[in-house]
Amino acid sequence: MTFAQKSFEGMSRRTLLTSGLAGGLLLAFHVPVRAFNEPVQPPDDTAGKFAPNAFIRIDHSGKTTLIMPQVEMGQGTYTSISMILAEELDTDFAQVVVEHAPASDKLYGNPVFGIQVTGNSNSVRAFWKPLRNAGASARAMLVQAAAQQWQVEPASCTTSNGQVLHTVSGRRLSYGELVDAANTRTPPRDVALKDPKDFVLIGKPLKRLDTPDKTNGKAVYGIDAMLPGMKFATLMACPVFGGKVARVDDSAARKLPGVQQIVVLDDLVAVVGDHMWAAKKALDALVIEWDEGSYAQLSSNDIWRDLRAASEKDGVVAKSRGDIAKALATGERFEASYELPFLAHASMEPVNATVHLKPDSCEIWTGSQVIARVQSEGAKAAGLPVEKVIANNHLLGGGFGRKLEADMVVKAVRIAKHVDGPVKVVWTREEDIQHDVYRPVYRDTIAATLSGGKIVGWKYKIAGSAILARWLPPAFQKGIDIDAVDSAIDVPYDIPNFHVEYVRAEPPAVPTGFWRGVGPNNNVFAVECFMDELARKAGKDPVDFRRSMLGNQPRFLAALNLAAEKSNWGEPLPARVGRGVCVQPSFASFIATVVEAEVDEQGEVHLRRITSAVDTGIVVNPDTAVAQL
Amino acid sequence: MAKLTINGEQKSFDAPPDMPLLWVLRDILGLTGTKFGCGIAQCGACTVHIDGKSVRSCMLAVGAIRDRAVTTIEGIGATPAGAKVQKAWLDLEVIQCGYCQSGQIMAAAALLAAVANPDDADIDAAMAGNICRCGTYVRIRAAIKQAASGRQS
Repeated sequence: MTFAQKSFEGMSRRTLLTSGLAGGLLLAFHVPVRAFNEPVQPPDDTAGKFAPNAFIRIDHSGKTTLIMPQVEMGQGTYTSISMILAEELDTDFAQVVVEHAPASDKLYGNPVFGIQVTGNSNSVRAFWKPLRNAGASARAMLVQAAAQQWQVEPASCTTSNGQVLHTVSGRRLSYGELVDAANTRTPPRDVALKDPKDFVLIGKPLKRLDTPDKTNGKAVYGIDAMLPGMKFATLMACPVFGGKVARVDDSAARKLPGVQQIVVLDDLVAVVGDHMWAAKKALDALVIEWDEGSYAQLSSNDIWRDLRAASEKDGVVAKSRGDIAKALATGERFEASYELPFLAHASMEPVNATVHLKPDSCEIWTGSQVIARVQSEGAKAAGLPVEKVIANNHLLGGGFGRKLEADMVVKAVRIAKHVDGPVKVVWTREEDIQHDVYRPVYRDTIAATLSGGKIVGWKYKIAGSAILARWLPPAFQKGIDIDAVDSAIDVPYDIPNFHVEYVRAEPPAVPTGFWRGVGPNNNVFAVECFMDELARKAGKDPVDFRRSMLGNQPRFLAALNLAAEKSNWGEPLPARVGRGVCVQPSFASFIATVVEAEVDEQGEVHLRRITSAVDTGIVVNPDTAVAQL
Repeated sequence: MAKLTINGEQKSFDAPPDMPLLWVLRDILGLTGTKFGCGIAQCGACTVHIDGKSVRSCMLAVGAIRDRAVTTIEGIGATPAGAKVQKAWLDLEVIQCGYCQSGQIMAAAALLAAVANPDDADIDAAMAGNICRCGTYVRIRAAIKQAASGRQS
C-alpha cells in the first residue's frame, strides 16, 4: 500500500515529528483531563524527547516510549509491535514502555484499511514494514548524531541495547544522551533494514508487556475509567430492533436511593445514578412501554426463509476458472448447503463508554478497535467538530469485532447530552447480548463433481450480509464483499473448474458486523465439511483426499502432513472416538488441524485432543502465537 | 456509614446494605481490578475473597459481610498463595486480554490456600465457574500446578 512505501521519502525531520507514516497532517496536542486511575496513559508529549516519528519517543534517561497504532485486546500486539520497533531501533527492550495511540487515521492508520483499525488479524502483517522503517530511521538519526559528535563516519558506528558504539575508538553514547542531537538530524531517505538472521528480539518468546498489571488489578480497561464527579448509567433499548419508546413510568425507579436521572430518548431509556447498582436497580424498576415498530412480528423463520430464497438466486461471480457448467455435468455430482446462525460477541468486558460533554468540547474514554471512528462518530453525535473531541483508548477486555463499532459511544454521547458532568455508561450483560452487532447468518451452497477420486468441478455460493458495504463502503467493489468470500475464493485445492459466487442478502432489522475469524469462519467450515463429504463419496481417506489436490501448495501440504503425523492420523482409536481434519487458508497463514473427539453414550461430544500445524511465516513472538492456537 | 476491612485496611463508605460488594469496590472505592462480567454470578470475573474463600462479589450484598475480611486482586499479592499464583501466571504467560484474570487468580489463590497440591479434579471443581473468552484454560491449569509445586513446568 502507498502508506508503507511513501513513508520516509523526502520528508524533513520536522514533518516526521508531526506526522505519521501517512504523512502530512499536524498532530494536535491536547492536555485532556485524565481519569485518576490512568497513570500509564499520559498525553503524547514530545518536549525534550527524541521523537522522530509518530511511534517513538526517547527521553534523556533513555526511557523509550512506543506509541501503539494497534490495540491490545489479548492478542499480544503491544508486545509484538514493540518488538518490531525495538528490533530495528536496537533499543534496550527493558527500557520500553507503551502508550495507546491517540485517535488519528493519518498518524496511526492501518495500511491495509487506510483507517485506524485493529482487525482482520493483520496487525503484524500490515505494520511489519512501516514499523521496521520507523525503527531503522530513528536508529540512523541517533547514529548520525553520535558520529557527528565524534567526527567519525556513521558507517563506522554500530548500535546495540540503546547505545551507539564506535568500536575502533571504544567510545559509546546512550540514546538518552543523544536525544537533543538526534532531534536535529534529518531522517535518511533510504534506510537499510536488518537481515532477519541478525534479529535479536524478533522470533524470541519475550515476556508480554501488558500482563504484569493484569495480575494485580492495575490494568485499566475502558470500563475502569474513573473521573472526579463521575455519574454512572446503564440503558435499555427496545428489545425489538428499530422499535421506539412509547411511554415510561418511572415513579418507582425515581424513589430508589442513588438514582439521579431517568433519560428517555426516542429508542432507549437510561438511568443515571451514583453508581451502577442504583442505575441497574432503577432500570429494572422502570415500566417501559415500547412501540415495537414494523419488525414486531419478525421471526427467525422469516429470516431463514428469505436467506434460503436469496441463496437460490445467481450471485456475483467472485472467482471463476475453467468451464464450471461443463464440469458440473461431468462425473458424479454432489450437493450440500450449510447454514450458520447469528452470533453475539460476548466479550468479557461488557460494552461501555464514558463521556464528558461540555458546550464546546467532548471527551470520551473507551476501549475500541477503531478509536478514530469513536472520535468522529462521537463528534457527529455531539454536534461538535471532530477536533473538539478527544477519544482516549484503553486496553480491551476482548474485542472479537464488537469494538469495531462505535454504537456504544454514540449512545453514551446522546445520554451525556442530558447529564451534567462526566457519565460512565455501562451496558448490562443482557443488553450487551441483546443489542450486539451480530455475526451474520450465512447460507453456503456447494455443488461438486467427482471423477476418478478427484474433484472436477466446484461451485460454491455464499449468501449473507455485506458487512463491508456498511462499515467501509469504498472497499465494497462490484457487489463483492471481500470478507464474505475470504477463504472461499482461495481454496488451496487443485480443482480445474472452480467457481465462487456471492449473493448479498441483508437480514431485516438485525444489525450485522464482523465477528472473530470473520469470513473464513463461515467459509472454512463449509468448505472443509464438504471436503470430508466428498472424500467419503470418493472412498478415500480425508487426509489422502486433500493431499492429492495440494501438489501445487507445498506450504499447505507440509502443514497437513505435519498435523497428520503429530496427531497419529490413521492409527486405531477406541470405540466412539474419531478424528477430523481441516485445512485452512486464512489471513496469509497455512494451517492444518486434526481434532480427536469422543461421542459418549448420551450423544455428548468431548474434545480429546487438537493438533494444529501452523505456518505463519516469520513469527514475532512465538509464545503469543502458541497461546492463541 | 458502612465499614469493611478490605485488603487489611478499614474502609468507610455510604451504600445501601443490599448493594453488591462489586459496585462498592468499583464505583465507590475505585478498586477497579475486580471486574463486572455478568451481574448474576455466572462468569466469575468479579471473584473476591471473604475470609480467604472465593465469592462472587456481584451477588454478595455488602450488608451481609460484616466484620469478615475482604481481599481483592489489588491485595491478593500479600498472601502466600496469591503471590505464588501471580508469579506462575506471569512465568507461564497465562494472560491474554486479561479481563477475566482477576477472577481466575482469586479463584486459583483460594484453591491453593485450601488444597496444597490440587489434582485435575480439584482444579476443575474450583475453576469451573470462571469463564475465559480468550481460552486460556490450558495455561491456567498448568500455572496452578506450577504455583502448587513451585517448579517451572
